[in-house]
Amino acid sequence: MNAHANFGRVLAILVSCLQATAFAMAADPSPERARELVRMVRQDCGSCHGLTLKGGLGPPLLPETLREKPAESLRYTVLLGRPGTPMPPWGAFMNEAEADWIVRQLMQGFPEETR
Amino acid sequence: MKSLLAVAFALLLTACASPALRGTGDLGIVIERASGSVAIVDNSARAVLARVEGLGDLSHASVVFSRDGRYGYVFGRDGGLTKVDLLERRITKRIIQAGNSIGGAISQDGRLVAAQNYQPGGVKVFDAQTLELLADIPATFGDGKQTSKVVGLADVPGNKFAYALFDAGEIWVADLSQPREPKVTKYRNIGSQPYDGLVTPDGRHYMAGLFGEDGVALIDLWKPEQGAKKILANYGKGAEKLPVFKMPHLRGWAVAGGRAYLPAIGRHEVLVVDTATWQEVGRIPVKGQPVFVMARPDGRQIWVNFAFPDYSHVQVIDTLEQKVVQTLAPGKAVLHMEFTPRGDNVWISARDDNRVVVFDTASFARLAELPAQNPSGIFFTSRAARIGF
Repeated sequence: MNAHANFGRVLAILVSCLQATAFAMAADPSPERARELVRMVRQDCGSCHGLTLKGGLGPPLLPETLREKPAESLRYTVLLGRPGTPMPPWGAFMNEAEADWIVRQLMQGFPEETR
Repeated sequence: MKSLLAVAFALLLTACASPALRGTGDLGIVIERASGSVAIVDNSARAVLARVEGLGDLSHASVVFSRDGRYGYVFGRDGGLTKVDLLERRITKRIIQAGNSIGGAISQDGRLVAAQNYQPGGVKVFDAQTLELLADIPATFGDGKQTSKVVGLADVPGNKFAYALFDAGEIWVADLSQPREPKVTKYRNIGSQPYDGLVTPDGRHYMAGLFGEDGVALIDLWKPEQGAKKILANYGKGAEKLPVFKMPHLRGWAVAGGRAYLPAIGRHEVLVVDTATWQEVGRIPVKGQPVFVMARPDGRQIWVNFAFPDYSHVQVIDTLEQKVVQTLAPGKAVLHMEFTPRGDNVWISARDDNRVVVFDTASFARLAELPAQNPSGIFFTSRAARIGF
């Protein structure tokens, strides 16, 4: 039974490593574009989710609240919005790789704006 | 002669030691949202007088003023409620009253300050002088275990506060004439997801815009027994539902010349409504999704700012001509506008350009630019004398 559980755990770790690698391989935005995206999230997403992302009319976007959620579904929430809620689609303002980058940053603890 | 000189000298010293007496009628507060500070401004001198720091998370912060215009109550997103003395230019008192807050109001008699909260959802009422908690009204609904986010809090005559419950689809009117024993009247099933509300300038009608369905919920506070009714069945409806990149603010809803001007949801239009019949009588095309639609105090002009990505412009509607007569570009990310008390000037915050720009509303000339750190809301003390502000 233990071996079984261990195998499961190892598999889970392997899968998450693979996912992490896949993520890391996705091209990061240029530093300039990254600054724009950070500002967009902090300021424009922040108008509903709070400047500190602790939530407002929209839910919190902190690592602990996102931990359980699959990154892919978060990517599509960003790009396509969530019908039935006020969350709009942001796909016109960023591409998939940029949405993935934002999701990754959110899950790690979103960077502060640099000025 | 010698003693006379001595007296004159003493008088001179006193004059230098104490600041000149002044009123507060032309003062105001500009929120600097990223740095947790506010600028105290003078709208006659068009100058920043002082910066007061240490107000916490000021995203979506708003301010109401004491009746004498000396104190501003600043409501921060982090649940902070800060009383700022505009004359001594310092914080008088600061409390954290909730986990996540969205604004507040001051009662008709000026003795009570109420905060509307997302987390925990409800309204708290404080003594305006001491910020002592007088009443806590959780916005419970359904099985009584859930609480709703509260939006659209407005002071209404009779020392009452009206507000809407986003998650519950209800409007509550809390009578605080006995501050420690609030009497709450609940209007249920007023519509889905009210997202903001306002009281008309005469204090008669409370309205809540609905996000989850089309329409606006309206209560005639002079005839509360009639309950809430739905008006503007087309408000929010379109051939296709357009995404909304920022919730419109209704507090700015402009009522001028028997007409109300409101931001369409998602569409690039300002809706015109007859306030006698509450029927839509027109639509004015504008540059983007409107956020604030504000009337110049005389009602001749309506100023409109926009949501991302059109938020670097401001448009002016002439209410006689019923069309846009001016488009201005005050700077990147215009978040708010505030008129001087009689409307000769308007102050506009450009968040990403770190400045507040002052325009002459007759000539549209740019009169001044003031530095501010990520400015958002601008609030002048003339609000102290207005219902619903």
